[in-house]
Amino acid sequence: MGLKTPFFEQHKALNGVMVEFGGWELPVYYSTLMDEHNAVRNNVGLFDVSHMGEFMMEGPDAEALIQRIVTRDIAGQKLGQMKITVMCNEQGGIIDDLTVYRLGEQKYFFVVNAGTMPKDFAWFEKQKKEMNAKVKLENISMQTAKLDVQGPNANALTKKLTDIDLDAIKFYHGTEGKVAGLDSIISRSGYTGEDGFEVYFPWNRAQEMWNAAWQAGKEFSLKPCGLGCRDTLRLECAFMLYGNDIDEAHTPLQNVYSKFVSFNKGFVGKEALLAQKENGLAEVLVGFEVSGGIARHGYEVYGKDEKEKIGVVTSGTLSPTLKKNIGLAYVPEEFAAEGSEFKIKVRDRFLPAKTVKIPFYKKS
Amino acid sequence: MDGLKYTKDHEWVKVEGSLGIIGITDFAQHSLTDIVFAELPQKGRQVEQGKTAMVVESVKSVSDVFAPVSGEIVEVNEKAGKDSGIINRDPYGEGWLFKIKVRDASELGKLMDAQAYKKYLAEQAH
Repeated sequence: MGLKTPFFEQHKALNGVMVEFGGWELPVYYSTLMDEHNAVRNNVGLFDVSHMGEFMMEGPDAEALIQRIVTRDIAGQKLGQMKITVMCNEQGGIIDDLTVYRLGEQKYFFVVNAGTMPKDFAWFEKQKKEMNAKVKLENISMQTAKLDVQGPNANALTKKLTDIDLDAIKFYHGTEGKVAGLDSIISRSGYTGEDGFEVYFPWNRAQEMWNAAWQAGKEFSLKPCGLGCRDTLRLECAFMLYGNDIDEAHTPLQNVYSKFVSFNKGFVGKEALLAQKENGLAEVLVGFEVSGGIARHGYEVYGKDEKEKIGVVTSGTLSPTLKKNIGLAYVPEEFAAEGSEFKIKVRDRFLPAKTVKIPFYKKS
Repeated sequence: MDGLKYTKDHEWVKVEGSLGIIGITDFAQHSLTDIVFAELPQKGRQVEQGKTAMVVESVKSVSDVFAPVSGEIVEVNEKAGKDSGIINRDPYGEGWLFKIKVRDASELGKLMDAQAYKKYLAEQAH
């Protein structure tokens, strides 16, 4: 049995089909994946993402320590701004992808993946010690619950929960304040490609937030959304899933995170990444479309002649929005160009696939 | 549905003379939720009772459809191949999957009738 979020009983009451994910018991869907996916694209959906990990860091050396830990340059990050980045080990392998919020002059808030949270925090502590950094570092994962409101109506709904001027919050920005009467951190961001808000609040008062959200959601026909559509929504946007698309066996130079590697500063893994840049990449992550079947995680990629295995699918699905079979795969660099053709082995058939531009879906 | 025979893997077969018409049960389509793809078997293929005949897929998962009886695939439902949603909408009718020329009618004795299947579902629910 996995860990339970504060909303476990609510998920069961809503007929959520529960699965284990990253050590947690979470709903994969309540009604159907398609319904929930479409609700987020066209209206509004609510996700329980309390399993995510949260850290707090405060002190005079905070910026310097973060610069050491993450690949992205966070110098000049504005108050209230959040940045997506990765942290690497000495070999350049991705320990995790994470978001860094700047809440105060010397105060930062981090959101990490659930399954990697323990190793991530141990890594933070190790780096703090090696730098002898003057910061207070706290793992607040188990005291912090989180709900995401996502979709075109997320803004209108969330306005009913708070006096914070939400229209003043730009995308990838956030603030501390009261939401549903609770001390919260709220950011305009998400993992779906739609407008939306991510709200962090005290675990021990989670029920109040839940009730307020549903109360506010009534007039919008708010839908509870599970991990199933979270995965299809994020894949349409080519957002990475840790453990599938990125892991310690790959560096950020091999995938969408290459744009968040700043060689103008020092960070753990920099030398390895510089060497990799010099020597070329063995494989890169590309987006593909495939005809005649769904290519899924772990399926093998072959050259056009169907003889030689050239790579592997990391994520794949039928896209509910685009009605196409889409996915991501690590393949040799010569297949990175749009229109490059290859085959994907689906059971005993070789299906034609081609490299396409990502994201697959962009909000109009 | 009376008159059909059922497997423990939630396939049904309707026997008409030497032919068996095969599909998945309402319980199966409901468990799969939205069926988005049906990979129909090749006509002329020999299938064995209890062995994979084809697959159906939802967005999240791939599920085998096992042959309820052994025999030769003589017809497939192209309509279900083009619009797999009919398997959800009408699993016992328009959403049938394939027809088999039954090799050995005695195999049908291993299957459940409607009443036994209903009881089996109730047991599974506990």
